Amino acid sequence: MEENNNNSRRKFLDKGLKLGLATAIGGAAISEISKLNAKSNNSSGEFVELMTTDGTLVQVDSSEVVEVVHCDDQDKKYNVREGMPNRKFVMVIDLAKCKNALKCQSACNKHHYITGDHAWLKVYKMQEDEDTAPYWMPTTCMHCDHPACVTVCPVDATFKRRDGLVLIDNERCIGCRFCMAACPYSTRVFNWSEPKQEQDQIKKELKMEGECHPSPEFDGVPSLKGTVDKCDFCPHAIDNGELPHCVTACPNGVFYFGDKYEDTVTNGDETLRLSKLLRDKDGYRLMEGLGTKPSVYYLPPVNRLVDFKEGLDNFTEYKSVENTEES
Amino acid sequence: MKNYDKLLNDLAPRKFGKTGVIWTISLVVIIIAGLIAYIDQIIKGQVVTNMSDYALWGVYISNFVFFVATSFVSTVTVAVLRLTKNTWRTPIVRIAEIISVAAIIMAGLTIMIDMGRPDRLMNLFIHGRMQSPIIWDVIIIPTFMAISILLLLYPLLPDFALLKKYFKNTKPKLSKWYGKLAMNYSGTDAQKRIHLNSIQIISILIIPAGFMLQTVDAWLFSTLFRVGWDSTNMGAYFISGAAVAGIGALVAVVYVIRRAYHLEEYITDFHFDKLGKFLALACLLYLYFNINEYLIPEFTSKKEEVTHMNLLVSGEYAPLFWFVIVGGLIIPIIALFFKKGRKPLPMFLIGLLVVVGSWWKRYLIVTPTLLHPFLPIQGVPESWHHYFPSVHEWLITFATLAMCLLIITLLVRYVPVVPIQRTADEQEALESNKNTKS
Repeated sequence: MEENNNNSRRKFLDKGLKLGLATAIGGAAISEISKLNAKSNNSSGEFVELMTTDGTLVQVDSSEVVEVVHCDDQDKKYNVREGMPNRKFVMVIDLAKCKNALKCQSACNKHHYITGDHAWLKVYKMQEDEDTAPYWMPTTCMHCDHPACVTVCPVDATFKRRDGLVLIDNERCIGCRFCMAACPYSTRVFNWSEPKQEQDQIKKELKMEGECHPSPEFDGVPSLKGTVDKCDFCPHAIDNGELPHCVTACPNGVFYFGDKYEDTVTNGDETLRLSKLLRDKDGYRLMEGLGTKPSVYYLPPVNRLVDFKEGLDNFTEYKSVENTEES
Repeated sequence: MKNYDKLLNDLAPRKFGKTGVIWTISLVVIIIAGLIAYIDQIIKGQVVTNMSDYALWGVYISNFVFFVATSFVSTVTVAVLRLTKNTWRTPIVRIAEIISVAAIIMAGLTIMIDMGRPDRLMNLFIHGRMQSPIIWDVIIIPTFMAISILLLLYPLLPDFALLKKYFKNTKPKLSKWYGKLAMNYSGTDAQKRIHLNSIQIISILIIPAGFMLQTVDAWLFSTLFRVGWDSTNMGAYFISGAAVAGIGALVAVVYVIRRAYHLEEYITDFHFDKLGKFLALACLLYLYFNINEYLIPEFTSKKEEVTHMNLLVSGEYAPLFWFVIVGGLIIPIIALFFKKGRKPLPMFLIGLLVVVGSWWKRYLIVTPTLLHPFLPIQGVPESWHHYFPSVHEWLITFATLAMCLLIITLLVRYVPVVPIQRTADEQEALESNKNTKS
C-alpha cells in the first residue's frame, strides 16, 4: 500500500515536471511566432514606388523596405585573378626593326630584379634555313589565350586573367615544373636556389612593405626559392599608365603594346590600329599550329632597316643576365 | 593428414644469416647517405641537382617512372595469371605482391623529391584541379597502393594464423604479432568463403587500377607538346614496358630469395621456365611498341623528330640507347628463346639486365626530349645544354632504390614468401588426385 502511494506520487511529480517544461517551451515558441506575425501585419500604410530589374514600377509598403548591408569588397576590391575589367592586352613585335640592342632585356632584368641565370625576355638569333636570312627575335611570355601551362598546373598557381595576362601565384606554386615542360616557348624560369635579390629593398621600392602576401601581380617579384617565374606583361606599369619596360627601353621601337578591344597598339612614338597593322604587315604568331593562341604577334623581318650583323656584337650565347656579383 | 610441419619448417620466416645482416646494414647506410643529401637539397634548393630551366626534369622523374612501372608486377603476375588459371604462379605470387607494394610506396615518395616546394604538398589537396595530369596521379597512386597492400595482406591471413601456432612456444612475442595480423582467421567454412571472394574481387580490381596507373604515368608526358613525348603510342608503350620491368624485377628477386632461403624444392626450374616464357612475351610486346615509337618518326623525318632521333641513335645518348634496346630487350628475347636460357642462373642474369635496362629506358624517355625545345637554347649557361645527374641526385636516387629493396627485405624477413596454406592445399589436392587414380 505504501509502495503504491509512493509510486503514484513519483508519477505525479514526473508528469507535472514534464508538462511544465513542455508548456514553457511551447509558450516561448508561440510568443516568438506571434512576434513574427506582428511584424508582417504591422503595415505602416505608406507606400513606396520602386522599379524592378525588368523596368516595371511596383508599389511596396514602406515598412518592407529595408536597407541592405553592402559588402565593401565586392565592388571596390580588385581581384588579381580577374584582372583589369574590359581590357585585353596584346603585344606586337616588329622583327624588321630589331637589331639585338638588348636594351629591352636589361630594362626587364633591372625592373624585375632578375638575378638568376635566365632572363625573362630573350632575343634569339634565328635562321630558319641556311638559304634564308638570319634575324633577331625577341620573345616574352606569349600570354596565350589557350595556355598549356595553366591547363597542366595541378594547384591553379598559374592562371589566366580576363585582361589576357597569364600570371603566377608564387605563394601557391609547389615547384613541380609541369608548366615549364608544357610551355612550347620555353619562357618560364625556375628559382633553383634562394634568389640573390635584396628582398627588403624590392618591397620598399614596390611599396609592398607590411604585406605578408605580395600580390601575384608582381609576378615573381620578389622571387621565391623552388617556384616558377616568367614575364608578366608588367601589370604594375600598366596600372601607373605606363608601357611595359621592354617597350619603353627599346631604342628601335620594336615593341608595340596595347589593347585588343581598343584595337590600338603603341611603341611610345607611334600609335597604330592593331588590325590594320597585322593585315598590312602580315602579322603572325609563334607556333600557331599548336593552338595556344598567343597574345603576342610578330611582324615578319622584311624590308629591314638594319643590318643583322650589327647585333652580333651584343650577342651572348651563354648569358642573358648581367652578373650582379661583379659590382 | 597435411604435412604442415615440414612446410612450416621450410617456409616460416627465419632470422637472417651473416649475409642477410650485412645486406640490410649496407642498405640502411645508403639510405642515410641519401637522406643527408636530400636534407641538403631542401636547405640549398634544387640548385644541388644538375637540372636547369631546360632539363627541368631529371633522374628523379625517371626514377619515379621506373618505380611506377615496377609496381605493375602484381597486376601482370598475380591478377592476370590468376584469371587465366595458371596454377604455376603459386610460389611466386607472394614475392610479386611484395615487390609491387614496395615499388608503389617508393613511387609515392620519390615524386615528392622532385618538388621545388615539398612544404606545400597539401596544396595538391587544397587547390587541386582535375584537369591537371598530376592530380590524376595524386588520385591513382594512393588507390593503387591501397589495393596492392590489400592484395598482399588478404592471402596472408591463413599463413599468419599458422605462424601464430608455429611460434607459440619458441617465440611468444612474435606469435602474438602474427595472431593480431591474422585478424582471428581460423579457417572456418564461412571465413574461407569470404576470404576467397575478397581475394577474387581484389585481384580483379588491381587490373584496371594497374592499367590506369601506367596510363596516367604515360599521359604525364604525352599531354605535353614536346617532341618525343607528344605520341599517341605512350599509354600502351608504358603498360608493356611496365610488364617488362615488373617481371624482370620479379625474376631477379625470386632467384635471390630462392638461394638465400634454400627454396629449391618449392621454386623449381619449371617455375623459372614458365617465368622465362612470360618475360619473353612481355619483351616482345615492348619491342613492338618500341618499333612503333621510333620507326615512324624516323620514317616521316619531321625536322624536330629527326633531331630527337639523332640524339638517341647517334648522338650524346647513343651508348645508352643501344644498351637499352640491345641489352635490355633483344639479348633477353634471344636468350629466353632457348631452354637453357630459362634455367635459374641465366634467368637471374637476364632479369638483372632487364631491370637495369628498364631503369635507363625511363631516363631516356624523360631527359633527351627536354634538351631540344622548339626554340633554340640560347642565353643560358653552357652547362644547361646537357644533363647528367649530380652527386646529390645519384645519392638520393640510390637511397630510394635501397629503400625499395629494404622494404622488400623486411617483408621477406617477416612474411612467408611462399604461401604456406595454398601450397599445403595444392599438395593435398595432388595427393588425393593420385589416390583416386590408383
